[in-house]
Amino acid sequence: MLIKFTGGTVYDPLNGVNGEVRDIYAQDGRIVATPPPGARVDAEYALNGRVVMAGAIDPHSHIGGGKVTIGRMLLPEDHQGHEVSRTELMRSGCGHAVPSTMTTGYRYAEMGYTAAFEPAMLPANARQAHLEMGDTPMIDKGAFVMLGNDDFFLRALAGKKDFSFIKDYIAWTMHAAQALAVKIVNPGGISAFKFNQRKMDLDEKHVFYGLTPRDIILTLARGMKELGVPHPIHIHGCNLGVPGSMDSTLATIRGAEGLPLHLTHIQFHSYGTEGDMKFSSGAPQIAELLNQTPNVSIDIGQIMFGQTCTASGDSMRQYGNTKSSNPKKWVVMDIECDNGCGVVPMKYRDKSYVNALQWAIGLELFLLVNDPWRIFLTTDHPNGAPFYYYPHLIRLLMDRTFRNEMLEKLHPGAQAATILKTLNREYSLYEIAIMTRAGPAKSLGLRDRGHLGAGAVADITVYEDNAQDREAMFKTPLFVFKNGEQIVKNGKVVKVVAGATHVVRPDYDKGIEKTLREYFDRYHTVKLDNFRLSDQEIVDSNCGHTGGECGCVIVQPSGPRIS
Amino acid sequence: MTNWTQAQAPGNPPKSNAITDVACPFCGLVCDDLELARDEKGLHVTKNGCEKAVAGFERNVDGAKPQIEGRDVDLATAIQAATALIRKSSLPLYGGLGTDVNGIRSVMALADKSGGVVDHALSEGQYRNFRVLQTTGWIMTTLTETRNRADVIIVVGTDIQKLHPRFFERIVNVEASLLSETPAKRTVIFIGKGLDQSAVKGPRIGEIVTLPCDLDRVGEIVGALSAEIRGTPSSADSVAGVPAADIRALVERLKSAAYPVFVWAPPGLNFPNADLVVSAVSDLVKELNVKWRAAGLALGGNEGAISAGAVSSWQSGYPLRVSFASGKPDYDFLRYAIPRMIANGEGDLLVWLASFTPDLGPPATKIPTIVLGTPGIKLASPPAVFIPVGTPGADHGGRIIRVDNVVSLPLRDLGRSKLPKASDIFGAIELAL
Ligand code: SF4
Ligand SMILES: [Zn+2]
Ligand SMILES: [Zn+2]
Repeated sequence: MLIKFTGGTVYDPLNGVNGEVRDIYAQDGRIVATPPPGARVDAEYALNGRVVMAGAIDPHSHIGGGKVTIGRMLLPEDHQGHEVSRTELMRSGCGHAVPSTMTTGYRYAEMGYTAAFEPAMLPANARQAHLEMGDTPMIDKGAFVMLGNDDFFLRALAGKKDFSFIKDYIAWTMHAAQALAVKIVNPGGISAFKFNQRKMDLDEKHVFYGLTPRDIILTLARGMKELGVPHPIHIHGCNLGVPGSMDSTLATIRGAEGLPLHLTHIQFHSYGTEGDMKFSSGAPQIAELLNQTPNVSIDIGQIMFGQTCTASGDSMRQYGNTKSSNPKKWVVMDIECDNGCGVVPMKYRDKSYVNALQWAIGLELFLLVNDPWRIFLTTDHPNGAPFYYYPHLIRLLMDRTFRNEMLEKLHPGAQAATILKTLNREYSLYEIAIMTRAGPAKSLGLRDRGHLGAGAVADITVYEDNAQDREAMFKTPLFVFKNGEQIVKNGKVVKVVAGATHVVRPDYDKGIEKTLREYFDRYHTVKLDNFRLSDQEIVDSNCGHTGGECGCVIVQPSGPRIS
Repeated sequence: MTNWTQAQAPGNPPKSNAITDVACPFCGLVCDDLELARDEKGLHVTKNGCEKAVAGFERNVDGAKPQIEGRDVDLATAIQAATALIRKSSLPLYGGLGTDVNGIRSVMALADKSGGVVDHALSEGQYRNFRVLQTTGWIMTTLTETRNRADVIIVVGTDIQKLHPRFFERIVNVEASLLSETPAKRTVIFIGKGLDQSAVKGPRIGEIVTLPCDLDRVGEIVGALSAEIRGTPSSADSVAGVPAADIRALVERLKSAAYPVFVWAPPGLNFPNADLVVSAVSDLVKELNVKWRAAGLALGGNEGAISAGAVSSWQSGYPLRVSFASGKPDYDFLRYAIPRMIANGEGDLLVWLASFTPDLGPPATKIPTIVLGTPGIKLASPPAVFIPVGTPGADHGGRIIRVDNVVSLPLRDLGRSKLPKASDIFGAIELAL
């Protein structure tokens, strides 16, 4: 099957293509440079005047796993009025703050996304996370496994185990939990909260293990690098949501020792304590430091106004955040000597000084960080806002007039406390393509995604160009293709497919299983061999009876292991 | 399917012709350390199984045939008849739901397509929890965390032993703890009289304390504990027959504990307004956490109830008691309770699934009933269609979510029989509709 996409205006940053009119060919699901001589074109799409990009990739979106489902159970009133009907093709569902799984898949595709990655998979909950992702059709998936608060890791580090042992453990966990990358959430803090420690700064010691967040971050950062995992350690830092958190964020960036780091939902960690409200923007200082620190990348975790639900592994800080819970109900859990979680509903209000300034801080960061290859567009779905606000967010970034109009509606104190009005930058389509496709693909090590060069998977999104209203443009793509197949037309699903699951499998010494097996037998309530997830389980998961085809597991290459 | 000659997991060497690390689906704990062997008579639990596990695995399921109105038919004919009934129905009720994750997935798909209602047979108990979750939320913990960390275990008004025969063995009286080479003995406190304490013994068990109130009054004791901790104690000499001094003593214990865990099993709180007890415990745990640490641990979740609640939540947004009659999920936990609907003559077809234990029979009803059941399932009268199905974890493989709502476990195909999977039957019906 050979398809020709003719005459579109192509934005393909990984191949340096910035708004050039080009023809693209896809054969049997992959992009080919030129069709084989004499090949017959089976289908042709005339795309003159249209904008063509690779399918978008969300590198941080809570789409699967226990805490998301706790969020779903917690908020029936938020689903009511947002139910989605079944159609000939699609399952019913619901979708506001925490949409149901199928609805999540359909909506991502309808917005031009062909992949989204769950950033907080607990090893203990990995099977369920993959089950939920298996019930999320249309898009490719993958997950970052959470390490660094589990007692095995903390004991090993505190017990000064060999670094190669710790690397074996990281790699083993990535295999067993079927992960693409590794995340650390409130380094050491989730564990410390179980010992009734309520706060943990970058150099503050864990009351039991005596380790600091800095120790844990550097160990994992080095681990990722030496294991050859493409994505750097994905860090949800200290002091989530705390006024003054900018200090530990700056210190974390400075302390990277040249190692690659990714700081996620940095907006929630960019607060100062200035002004009458003791709450101010730390974005200028953080952006300035980031601009000088090429080894650090970020995503924002932009907030939007309205009801949402925060769902985080950070039990320590989420317990603190329960005082702002709206409605007043929330769940905090200590989990399996492994991790924790906190699920706290939030209603961000534009007339609240704090919420309005949070919104402005996110946008300040977007506009002040110069290098679009190191900044990804996220709302930390659903923590800052549900993912389907992305088209609105893109307009805020591309359209200064629109942005300033929005700003004028906010709490006047917040307007006075942000420099947003003075920031004239408007993102270009090329920069948007970097931030939503090329950058995440490169950072996550998805070699054949996020671009339109020969060999790439034919995940392609086509938009009607609309300079007047970028929100409308990005909300309703004209076409979306997944593996060369048309799955969306005019912003509506026309074919249901299952996505693949991406994993990375760094090398490890199998000898670690002996130690782990003893550990599981002695302390855990699950046996090691039952903990481990097989490929077959994931493939089966993707086999829904309604629509869809089998999703497979794709092993993305890792680099060589260093010692 | 398990190859019995070489199927040992690489753990401790098993007995010959035995497999180790088998997960048990017969209660919400899903213990996964069982050892089973097989001979010409069938499966035998050779290690680590409780009486429920033995009953579940060792049952003879041979010879059951699909039936229409009590007459044996072949499977295809039974599926056709079931499909016809579902097609004709304007409001099918999908009940029982004793199955694993793939089973409940297939029920959800079929209910969505046929415009039916989904509800689990044990929802009444689960809703004692869900209501509290949806009203105030809570602070909870899980089995491994409790096993390693809890120094005081408070059993709130429920007979855990009956529902989960290995709870005390696997979670409370355990030799090791991650936190100490020489872990201290644990205090176990029972709120409520007449609760089975026979398994609360062994080297890790320290003091056992009982506050002997009537079970339907445990909420008062829990409320009094909260009031003490808030600093607004009542002036009564006793609460629900328990002297105020004993309550104050318990409060002191809780305050000096490192990690007290409050355990309850909602199905065991079997009296009117029992959700208020769950609510009181959740409030108490929250109260303690202002200064100290404490957590809740809800048990129950037998017959695949946790998997049903979770899958329904992630696919529809709601934890069961959902109707798809309008084409979209409509949630009302009072209105779409299948027992209430049957009692009020709502719904025109009952589709009942119970693949674990034969006790989970369908309720008596005049509306036609399709039963997908484990052989020997209790039936008041022959249903319109009966299809014997396998038990996930014995007759075929699967996955199930454990009671703490965090861990899920793979269930093995032990080759006990060739009975079909419920998910295949429902899948075939869905395609044919
Ligand atoms: S306690 Fe429950 S899970 Fe464990 S063996 Fe008995 S029935 Fe099976
Ligand atoms: Zn986070
Ligand atoms: Zn996040």
